[in-house]
Amino acid sequence: MSSAVNTPALQLVDLHKSFGVTPIIRGVTLEVPLHERHAIIGPNGAGKSTLFHLVSGRFPLTSGQVRLKGEDITGMPPYLISRRGLSRSFQVTNIFPRLNVYENIRCSVLWSLGYRYSFWHLVERLRDARERAELILDQIHLADRRDVQAGLLSYAEQRALEIGITIASGADVIMLDEPTAGMSRSETEHAVALIRRVSEGKTLVVVEHDMSVVFDLADRISVLVYGEVIATDTPERIRANPAVQEAYLGTVAEPEHDHA
Amino acid sequence: MSPIARYAPWIGAAVVLIALPHVFSSGASITMMSLMGFAIIFALSYNMLLGQTGMLSFGHAVYYGLGGFITAHALNIIGAGKLPVPLPILPLVGGLAGLSFAILFGWVSTKRAGTVFAMISLGVGELVAACSLILRGFFGGEGGISTSRTATLQLFGVSFGPQVQVYYLIAAWCLACAAAMFAFTRTPMGRMCNAVRDNPERAEYVGYSTQMVRYIAFCISGLFAGVAGGLAAIHYEIVTASVVGAGPSGFVLLMTYIGGVAFFIGPIIGAVLMTALQISLSDYTGAWQLYVGLMFILVVIYAPGGLAGLLLMHRPLVRTGTLTRLLPSYALAAVPALTLFAGAVLLIETSHHLLVKASEGPNMHALWISYDATSPAAWAGIVALLAIGFLAFRRTWPIVSNAWNEAAIEARRRLGQ
Repeated sequence: MSSAVNTPALQLVDLHKSFGVTPIIRGVTLEVPLHERHAIIGPNGAGKSTLFHLVSGRFPLTSGQVRLKGEDITGMPPYLISRRGLSRSFQVTNIFPRLNVYENIRCSVLWSLGYRYSFWHLVERLRDARERAELILDQIHLADRRDVQAGLLSYAEQRALEIGITIASGADVIMLDEPTAGMSRSETEHAVALIRRVSEGKTLVVVEHDMSVVFDLADRISVLVYGEVIATDTPERIRANPAVQEAYLGTVAEPEHDHA
Repeated sequence: MSPIARYAPWIGAAVVLIALPHVFSSGASITMMSLMGFAIIFALSYNMLLGQTGMLSFGHAVYYGLGGFITAHALNIIGAGKLPVPLPILPLVGGLAGLSFAILFGWVSTKRAGTVFAMISLGVGELVAACSLILRGFFGGEGGISTSRTATLQLFGVSFGPQVQVYYLIAAWCLACAAAMFAFTRTPMGRMCNAVRDNPERAEYVGYSTQMVRYIAFCISGLFAGVAGGLAAIHYEIVTASVVGAGPSGFVLLMTYIGGVAFFIGPIIGAVLMTALQISLSDYTGAWQLYVGLMFILVVIYAPGGLAGLLLMHRPLVRTGTLTRLLPSYALAAVPALTLFAGAVLLIETSHHLLVKASEGPNMHALWISYDATSPAAWAGIVALLAIGFLAFRRTWPIVSNAWNEAAIEARRRLGQ
C-alpha cells in the first residue's frame, strides 16, 4: 500500500467504548501525523490507558474506527496490529520474566526480521537478530545486564526493558503508556532521553502524568477528560488553554498528580 | 562454542547408548532400557507442552497411543502384503499418525490456554478412550491389535527378532528425537514457546499469535509422542486400548514433572527413573503406585524444579569446589531421613499386607525383616521410627540449610558476583 505523504500515522475516528453500561471513551477523534511526538494527558480515570488498549487491539471497540497509516485496523488482534508496525508498551511492566534480558529483546525482533514461526533456523546463528538485539540493548543501556533473568532486574531496568521490547520490532508507530511512572527524577531524565533517541524519525504517542516530561517531549498534546478529547494543540497553547487549565492543569498541584 | 563442545554431550550419549547393552546384558535389563528409550521420547514430547509452552495436558497419551495403533496396523499391512518396507522407518509412521491427530484435535484444544486447554485435553482423551471401546476394528477390542515386527523387509540381515536389536533401534530413534527436540528449543519457534509460556499477552504484542504458537508446539509434540508410541508398538508387538487412556496420560505427566519441567534433561531423568521404578518396584511391592504418588506429591511441594532442579542447583557449588562443605551436613541429615523413610515404607507395607493380603496370614516380610503384621510391637516400632525420624530430621534440617547458605555465598564470592 502506497501511503501518501499526508496520510496520518494514526487516525482515531469517533471511538466509543463502554464497559457494560458505563461509557469510558465517549467519541474520541484524533489524528497523529507521521513523525510527530504526541502526548495524551488527562486526570486519573480519564480513559488514557483504555484508549491505548483500544488502539492496540487489547479490547474490542464499541464503535468507531482506528486507521494505521491509512489502513483500517479496527477489531484486529494485537499480533496483526503489531505486524503492521504499531508497537506499544504497558503501564504495568509486561516483560518475559523467566527469559534473560537479551532474549526478551530477541523475541521482539524475530517476527519483523521474517523468522515467523520458523523451527528450521537456529536462533544463535541468526546474525541479523543478534545484531539488532544487541543494538537495542546498547540503546537502552542494558548491555551489561544481558544475561540476567528479566524478572530479577530493578524496577527502572525493567521499565527500560519494557521500552526496549516495544521498539525492538522496528515499528514506526510507537505507543508508550506512562513510561516514567514510578521513576526517580534522574531515572526519568534518563528515560526521556532514551525515548527521544529511540523515537527519532518515528511516530510516538505517549501517555504521561509527569508534566515536565510531556512539555519537554511532545510536539503536540491532547487532553483527555472523561473519555473525550477536550483540546489538541502545541504545548504552549495547551498550557494557555483556559478549558484545559480548568479541567486538568488546575489540578496538577494536587498531591496525587504531583510527580513533577 | 566450538563444534566439539557443542556436540560432545550428544556424542557421549551415543557412546553410552551403544555401550549399555554390553554392560547390562541380561534380557531384563535390555528390555528395561528399551522401555526407557521410548519413555524418554514420550516425556520429552510432553515437556514441549508443559515445561516449554506452559500447557498442561491430561490427554497426551492419545497421540502416543494412536501412533502405536497406526504403527501396528501398518506393520500388519506390510506383513500381509509382503511390502518392501524396512522396520527402522516405521516409527515415522507412528510419528505422522501422532502429528495428524494433533493437527486435528489441536485445532480445537489450543484455541485457549490454561485451564480451558487442560479441560479440553482431558475431554479429547476421554473421547478417544471411549472410541477405543466402540471402534473395535481399529482398536481391537479388549485383546488389542497384535502384530509382528519381523515380517518386514530385512536389511543387512537384521531381523529385529532379538531384543537387543530392538534396543538399538529404539536407542537410535531416542537419540535422534532428543537431538531434534533439543534443537527445536533453539529455534525462533522454540524461543517463542517460552515467551508464550512466560507472558502470552506480551507475545501477541511482538507479533506472535499465541494460539498459533501453541498449535504448532502441540502438533510437533504430537509428532514425537507418535514416534514413541510407534516404538512401543514395535517393542511389545501388541497395542491395547488402555494405552490411549487416562493412565498413560497421567503417567507421562508424573515422569516429566518428577524429572523437572524447567530443564531439557528433566524429562529424561524422570523417564529413566520412573520406568525403572515401574518395573523393579512392582516386583517388590504391590503398593508401588502409592510410592510413585507420594514421590510426586513430595516433588510438587518441596522440589518444584524436579529432580533435575535439585541436581542442577548444585552446579555452581561443584564448579567452585564448595560442595565438599555441604557433604557432612547431607550425611548427617541422611540418617534421620532414612529412618523416616524406613518407617514410612514399613507403615505402607504393613497396612498393604493387612488390607490386601490378609488371606496370607499375619506373617510378612518387608525391608529384610520378617514380622507379624498384627503384633503391637511391630506397630510400636513403626511409630517409633516415624516419630524419631521426623523429629530428628527437623533438628538436622537447619544444619543443612545453614551449610547450603554458606556454601552458596562462598560459591557466589568465588564466581565474583
